[in-house]
Amino acid sequence: MSTISTTMTEPSQWELQANHPSERVPLVLGDNDFTTVTDTVTELALRRTPPMWYVAMAISLSLLSVLLVTITYLLVTGVGVWGNNNTVSWGFPIVNFVFWVGIGHAGTLISAILFLLRQNWRTGINRFAEAMTIFAVVCAGLFPGIHVGRIWYAYWLAPYPNELAMWPQARSPLLWDVFAVSTYATVSLLFWYMGMIPDLATLRDRSTTRIKQLAYGVFALGWNGSNRHWLRFEKAYLLLAALATPLVLSVHSVVSFDFATSQVPGWHTTIFPPYFVAGAVFGGFAMVLVLSIPAREWFGLKDLITHRHIENMAKVMLGTGMIVAYAYSVEFFTAWYSQHHYEQFVFMNRPLGPYWWAFWLMVFCNVIAPQALWSTWVRKRVWIIFAIAILVNVGMWFERFVIVVTSLHRDYLPSSWAMFSPTWVDLFMLLGSFGLFFTLFLLFCRFLPMVAMAEVKTVMPQAHGDHPPTRFDYQPSPDTPEELRRGHWFT
Amino acid sequence: MNDRFYFPRWANYLFPAALIVTIGVLTYLPLVLTLGLSPTTRAVGYQPTQPIPFSHAVHAGKLGMDCRYCHTTVETAAFAAIPPTQTCLNCHAAIKSESPQLQWMRTSYEEGTPVSWVKVHDLPDFVYFNHSAHVNKGVACQTCHGQINEMEEVRQDQPLSMAWCLECHRAPADYLRPREQVTSMSWDALASTGKNQAALGTELAAQYHVQSQQFMTSCTTCHR
Repeated sequence: MSTISTTMTEPSQWELQANHPSERVPLVLGDNDFTTVTDTVTELALRRTPPMWYVAMAISLSLLSVLLVTITYLLVTGVGVWGNNNTVSWGFPIVNFVFWVGIGHAGTLISAILFLLRQNWRTGINRFAEAMTIFAVVCAGLFPGIHVGRIWYAYWLAPYPNELAMWPQARSPLLWDVFAVSTYATVSLLFWYMGMIPDLATLRDRSTTRIKQLAYGVFALGWNGSNRHWLRFEKAYLLLAALATPLVLSVHSVVSFDFATSQVPGWHTTIFPPYFVAGAVFGGFAMVLVLSIPAREWFGLKDLITHRHIENMAKVMLGTGMIVAYAYSVEFFTAWYSQHHYEQFVFMNRPLGPYWWAFWLMVFCNVIAPQALWSTWVRKRVWIIFAIAILVNVGMWFERFVIVVTSLHRDYLPSSWAMFSPTWVDLFMLLGSFGLFFTLFLLFCRFLPMVAMAEVKTVMPQAHGDHPPTRFDYQPSPDTPEELRRGHWFT
Repeated sequence: MNDRFYFPRWANYLFPAALIVTIGVLTYLPLVLTLGLSPTTRAVGYQPTQPIPFSHAVHAGKLGMDCRYCHTTVETAAFAAIPPTQTCLNCHAAIKSESPQLQWMRTSYEEGTPVSWVKVHDLPDFVYFNHSAHVNKGVACQTCHGQINEMEEVRQDQPLSMAWCLECHRAPADYLRPREQVTSMSWDALASTGKNQAALGTELAAQYHVQSQQFMTSCTTCHR
């Protein structure tokens, strides 16, 4: 086996795997030991702000201001500024809401479900994914908040004793949404923050200025990495992971109930809960790829977020994409099999009606494009995966658009048929929500540990030196004192 | 600064500070809740200054006038009328007709301008309240408006909140009295009929065909 060096290019990793099918490509590449991992990650948070960050932030903030301006305009003028009409009363706001909630799900999948399944490759990307979850949920939570006509009464959704002796209707899935999304946001935030505490303590100890030391010190809550701390940390982490897993599945199921519990043909389907969850994971993983591929490039994280990570994510994306494709075909089969006039019409209207282009765009992006990922040749090429991931994000947005709009615009009564076309407010709000997302994400990239250092260290061979080395483990080759110190494990 | 971080000595004061903040929050929340739920917050005791200091204590109390003499429509209409200037003149054309205190009345009559009374019991317009429905089913003036015969100037006696309305709509028997006694300001169930309120109220509810609780608490009863 040849030595893996920091300069190793991606194809040689592939050769390595090809030559030794019984061995896995290591999760941390290069000449890394605990110190260098810490160096790499803390440097990103503690260095001087790079100029490009300001450029990126300026773009994000201008998009965010577009969002704020459109929301102000909406509040002052009313919800009629959107393209929604009496027939299609759920337009972009709900499409965007489901889109963003879906994006958020991959984060929890990576941090919780892959944790329960002992998938060590999650350690490189979970901090990213969790940050993405939080910020996507923020964007998602915004839309149900503003799509109500009287935003200032939104607190009536909370069950609190009041002078009206009135309570919210617990049979509405829109109320379940309130509970699902708020619980999801809270648990995700806790999970993210708790997992970050040891890393914040590292940043505190590495801080170069008093202000940074105090800021990280306050948020590290006095973590000193004692045995007792770690014991409780890991127990709590496991419990939170076990709690977050059913939460992921239920939250997006609840979101799907918004449609599935209605009687609208095209919405009233029992397949929606698992189908939406699969779609969420599909779109969410696509988003993680869209974020982590440039990030590993720009921030020099290629040794920590390796090609193996990217490839695994692409495989999950392909897998969930196939579930989504299966769900599409089941919907069509059921429509045909039902012998139900309205149901059959809806599924004729989707590919052949006035929104045929949205449907076929969705099919192309979600079903056809990901098929390329079956090929090893494609999976070796990160930027092709990146392009497919972007297509999937577009496709998943259009999936929600197709479900919401094409089901509503032509249903039972032909006299109520209508067309939906978005206004500039609709479009700018969608654009602006990306501004909100990327503003938060850039702040995260600038100030917080982007990779879970403490967790990555546990999957490095150095952390498993307490048993005799095996063929799969490491062979110390103390040729030079420097190599001995750095731990020249892969020989 | 790679040396190990230790919390500085002053950080020891953070704990008592955090404790104080926690206690502050724990007292603040109940305080806000108490104030928020207090009847005063919900306009009980609201007593605006009227353009004319009309005294219910004199007319309804001392002179013992029946409520319906002035508020004529209370048994037949949804709205209990505020008497026009003409009603005042019925008596005051002869009684104290030259009194300087009644100059407003003469001006209003001569110029044909109504008096701009300030509404004390002001329900929002999305509430449909019907006076006649209540008076005819044995709900007394006193129950909702308080001891009007003792008020120099009218003030709000009850919160008029939805929860307060529903309290009675869910258990009307606790408040009903015989129809003939609705304008009385001193009626008492036990003293007048020898029955306690619950027994009498149940009887009256049946007699007056008071609607079911389901009907009376459905939205369209009040929000039309």
